[in-house]
Amino acid sequence: MTFLIQQTLVFAVPLMIVALAGVFSERSGIINLALEGIMIFGAFIGVLFVRSMQLSGAFDAAKQAGDWLSLQGLELLAMLAAAVMGAIFSLLLSFASINLRADQTIGGTALNLLAPALVLFLIRVLVNQETLNMAKGDAAGWFMIKKSTFGIDKNTNIGFLGETLINKVYLATYVCIILFVILSIVLYKTRFGLRLRACGENPQAADSLGINVYHMRYAGVTISGALAGMGGFVYALTTSNCASTGDVAGFGFLALAVMIFGNWTPLNIAISSLLFGLFKCIAAAYSSLDINGDGVYMLSQIGISSHLYRMLPYLITLLVLAFTSKGSRAPKAEGIPYDKGSR
Amino acid sequence: MKDKLSTLYQKDGTKKLLASLVSILVGLVVGAIVVVLVGLFNPRISLTGAWEGVRLVFFGLFSTGRDAAGSLTWGFNPTSMGNMLFRAMPLIMTGLSVAVAFKTGLFNIGAPGQYLFGTMASLMVALSLPTEKMGVFLVWIIAFLAGTLAGAVWGAIPGMMKALLNINEVLACIMTNWIAANLVTWAFDASNFKNVAESTKSGYVYKTSFNGVATAKLGLDKLFPGSQVNAGIFVAILAAIGMYILINKTTLGYQLKACGSNRHAARYAGIKDKRNIVLSMAIAGALSGAGAALYWLSGNTEFFWSTYQSLPAIGFNGIPVALLAVNNPIAVIFTGIFMSMLNIIGLQMSNLTAYNEYLTDIIIAVIVYLSAFALVIRMLFESHGKKKAAAKGAPPKGGDAPKPDDKANGKGGEQA
Repeated sequence: MTFLIQQTLVFAVPLMIVALAGVFSERSGIINLALEGIMIFGAFIGVLFVRSMQLSGAFDAAKQAGDWLSLQGLELLAMLAAAVMGAIFSLLLSFASINLRADQTIGGTALNLLAPALVLFLIRVLVNQETLNMAKGDAAGWFMIKKSTFGIDKNTNIGFLGETLINKVYLATYVCIILFVILSIVLYKTRFGLRLRACGENPQAADSLGINVYHMRYAGVTISGALAGMGGFVYALTTSNCASTGDVAGFGFLALAVMIFGNWTPLNIAISSLLFGLFKCIAAAYSSLDINGDGVYMLSQIGISSHLYRMLPYLITLLVLAFTSKGSRAPKAEGIPYDKGSR
Repeated sequence: MKDKLSTLYQKDGTKKLLASLVSILVGLVVGAIVVVLVGLFNPRISLTGAWEGVRLVFFGLFSTGRDAAGSLTWGFNPTSMGNMLFRAMPLIMTGLSVAVAFKTGLFNIGAPGQYLFGTMASLMVALSLPTEKMGVFLVWIIAFLAGTLAGAVWGAIPGMMKALLNINEVLACIMTNWIAANLVTWAFDASNFKNVAESTKSGYVYKTSFNGVATAKLGLDKLFPGSQVNAGIFVAILAAIGMYILINKTTLGYQLKACGSNRHAARYAGIKDKRNIVLSMAIAGALSGAGAALYWLSGNTEFFWSTYQSLPAIGFNGIPVALLAVNNPIAVIFTGIFMSMLNIIGLQMSNLTAYNEYLTDIIIAVIVYLSAFALVIRMLFESHGKKKAAAKGAPPKGGDAPKPDDKANGKGGEQA
């Protein structure tokens, strides 16, 4: 059960934060199809940051001394770097769709094509292979919080909550959850959030009240890029051992689906990303999943093909969309370039 | 004479062509800049290496390798030319697939899934039918039709979800892509088409030539010795011409375009919008599936069946092919060949220099990015043309009226 909850969170949290990235962009009126590309780019930047820090030897002493606080600091810095570069990368989309009034779907697709190409090109030039890994050690050794981190012996049982929440987890997961809550409040309870949402619903009206629609849309897409870039790195850190391969397995698109399924509101998004996280977790680990801890691996014993489990997240998404699409309410002005002259 | 030139300049088609050419040029220049930048910062690449890279970006198709002294040699390279045509074949088909859907206002990002389904159906049919009894040609035809049909079915699914449930086709296509990747892996995993005869080929399906099925060469192998080109390229060109006629000269094509420009107005005019959306996606899927059939029935490549983690790039590359061609089926032939030329350039780069083939993907992405605001580039030409016309005292002619296929902001306001 502990394993199930932790693994679900590992998949759900990047989905959640990237879906929120989508919300910020779409609520300001720009369809951000480029989430996948920005995630790929962010993952690359984060891994590159960790790698170059390791190569420079700045954190070797901390690692030797077991100074986990500064290692967590490195993790946070890498997240920050991924977020900043993700935001910069997303400027390509905002420039095309806000200033040049380009087709947002095509602009997003271009970024989705550009990110893996650029990342793979650079990885090949940098390390002459297809994957960029950490320079030394692995993600678990450097960044994972374990019992020993707090000086507790490996074999002591610290209760269900303790085992689940502070053993074998990443700080990044919790940072993302906290950010998710803060940004949801920003979107709904502050003046900035209200103005942002107004630009996605009726930009003309917002403009008539003195809100600069272009600035708001830039803000929306930039926040979106930062979150998606960070989410990409968190995904790479927690699920693929801090490696960048120019691929996030369709997570950005899945996040878009989560966003639509969650009806563009944070609470629903949190719930639906947990649901998809659960299915992703089942797909990834069904053979070693022991739900009630009795040593019986139920899911692998029913004899359903592993292919079906892998297909499930996508199949469920499609089915769920089919049932919920009638009631979904997208921001009204999304996808339409803002033109001051039009009514 | 000057008058004729300026009327040609005023034409909408000319502007579209110019906008595409500008995109291509800028894309190539960006590629060259990346080459130079990487060359400057990477100690492993010398300045001459960077200069070789830049020359390959522009003229890689005519590269014939290196001579004994180690410098690049240039000339007509029949192998590269032939392989370019061979790779263009599926690209033209997926490009057509995306273009036809675009005409109906749908963004067919599902080409990879449709391509995979076409792959599965055509390979399975070609490998399981007895060629000694039925004859190779008949088996080829049946396998080709099977691939086409499978693609059509897989394309129709997101079409139906869009038409009946109003689910955003982009999302439905992405999900069906991954479902297809898993289903195809599953089907081949359960089948006995896995190559067990050659131990080095684990994870691959037999070539269709294992069963004697291969597309006829029609003498193209004499023209381009050492390359993989075959008659399939003619099928692709015929398909493009067929699509041009369908879109521009038939009632069905008009209805499809009408649905694309305004679904509600089309319904008001008595056009069955839902049927047309499904039909458009089915045609798009059929084209992708046929592209896959053409590629794999050539019989010189093995299919890696365990594909659940990745989608075929040929499917996605149909998008830039269509965008660059401004969704004109005839232009797709040329942009498809151009894209496969970039592909060959990428191969030459990774073979001959320290750079790698992903550079051409960067170039393609830049071109797509530019084509997103091709409208702005076109407007630049337009204002330029207008100034000229005004200077001569003549009113600017035509080209401003919105056409049904003009995708200025056609995507606006569509949600799942």
